[in-house]
Amino acid sequence: MTNELKEWPLWEIFIRSKQGLEHKHCGSLHAADARQALEMARDVYTRRQEGVSIWVLPSSAITASNPDEKGELFDPAADKIYRHPTFYDIPDAVGHM
Amino acid sequence: MYTQSFNVQDTPGAKAVASVQSKEDPALQAAFDARIDADGRIEPQDWMPEAYRKTLVRQISQHAHSEIVGMLPEGNWISRAPSLKRKAILIAKVQDEGGHGLYLYSAAETLGTSRDQMLEGLHSGRAKYSSIFNYPTLTWADVGVVGWLVDGAAIMNQVPLCRCSYGPYARAMVRVCKEESFHQRQGYEALLVMMTGTAEQKAMVQDAVNRFWWKCLAMFGPPDADSPNSLQGMRWGIKRISNDDLRQKFIDATVPQAKVLGVTLPDPDLKWNEERQHFDYGQIDWDEFWATVNGNGPCNKERLATRVKAYSEGAWVRDAAMAHARKQQERSMKEAA
Repeated sequence: MTNELKEWPLWEIFIRSKQGLEHKHCGSLHAADARQALEMARDVYTRRQEGVSIWVLPSSAITASNPDEKGELFDPAADKIYRHPTFYDIPDAVGHM
Repeated sequence: MYTQSFNVQDTPGAKAVASVQSKEDPALQAAFDARIDADGRIEPQDWMPEAYRKTLVRQISQHAHSEIVGMLPEGNWISRAPSLKRKAILIAKVQDEGGHGLYLYSAAETLGTSRDQMLEGLHSGRAKYSSIFNYPTLTWADVGVVGWLVDGAAIMNQVPLCRCSYGPYARAMVRVCKEESFHQRQGYEALLVMMTGTAEQKAMVQDAVNRFWWKCLAMFGPPDADSPNSLQGMRWGIKRISNDDLRQKFIDATVPQAKVLGVTLPDPDLKWNEERQHFDYGQIDWDEFWATVNGNGPCNKERLATRVKAYSEGAWVRDAAMAHARKQQERSMKEAA
């Protein structure tokens, strides 16, 4: 049957370090299925209480932007400095705004 | 946690990659060089010269293998730790080493090599790992000395790797270094306790220091003059501090620690040089180092055989987990249909 999977598939691991914070990518590991990936992630990435919640995602399910297209993708934002608060001069007398 | 200035060629006698003239696209090469010169980071999807990729795969996988093989000399003492407390500490440390190996294997995999390929390299004896693990841990004091000196040397080596130009490697090293400090401190503290004991226990500590000191100095790799790979590694931002400079830093940091502990370091030439503001030290036996790297240390065969045995005896577990996952998937697909 499927003999291409001799090696356990790769999973990407995301950890929420504490309640109120986002899940953050912290690495990857091999596991046979999602449940096992969760258990392994606990042992590999949270041995010192680094997390309160774990997401695992098959690495193959990630679609990434192409670094070669970085220019086309991100340059359009480069000349829109008026999107930043520091673009606007406000008299000191106004105080914090 | 343990790199020995890892860039030992896997195949003895293979030619060093020093100053590879790239036959690749000059524009891509120029963009890569510019990023390196600006101290930028390279990420997995970015273009990189083949030699840079190859060097990283070799270095990171050797580093990962060292973590995994490094579990063995200390694992040897888990069942014989002198107290429940020391046993719990040692188990936690050995588990950390396994974790460090996994972070590093994952980092290497982002370069296009597979876990199976790397393990095959290790198991066939083609890939190297830190030669320090080819020495036996004869007494309980060895476990303390491995923590204090071997991990101490590894930390010196690994801290600069946190700024390595390859992103995934650097990030793995940040994680490793955070955990490493516990390893060194627990070893040193275990020795401090032994040094308050009987004359026999104190002698045991001194003996362990005597056996490990020179081997730890060799962990930093050959002198700069004899490391052709170092220059290229520096150029690429993989290596940040030279072998000799790291070795000197380690010695300067360790001498006062030895004094507090109450042991002597087995080097008659070790003395403070006022002019250099560093400790001078004696000759390292590089013939012994290379003999061990090339497979002729006291434990090379045993270490490798233990790894291969663990891997092959675990095969049925890996296959069973895979078969189970496949079955579950088929079942849920059938239910959905």
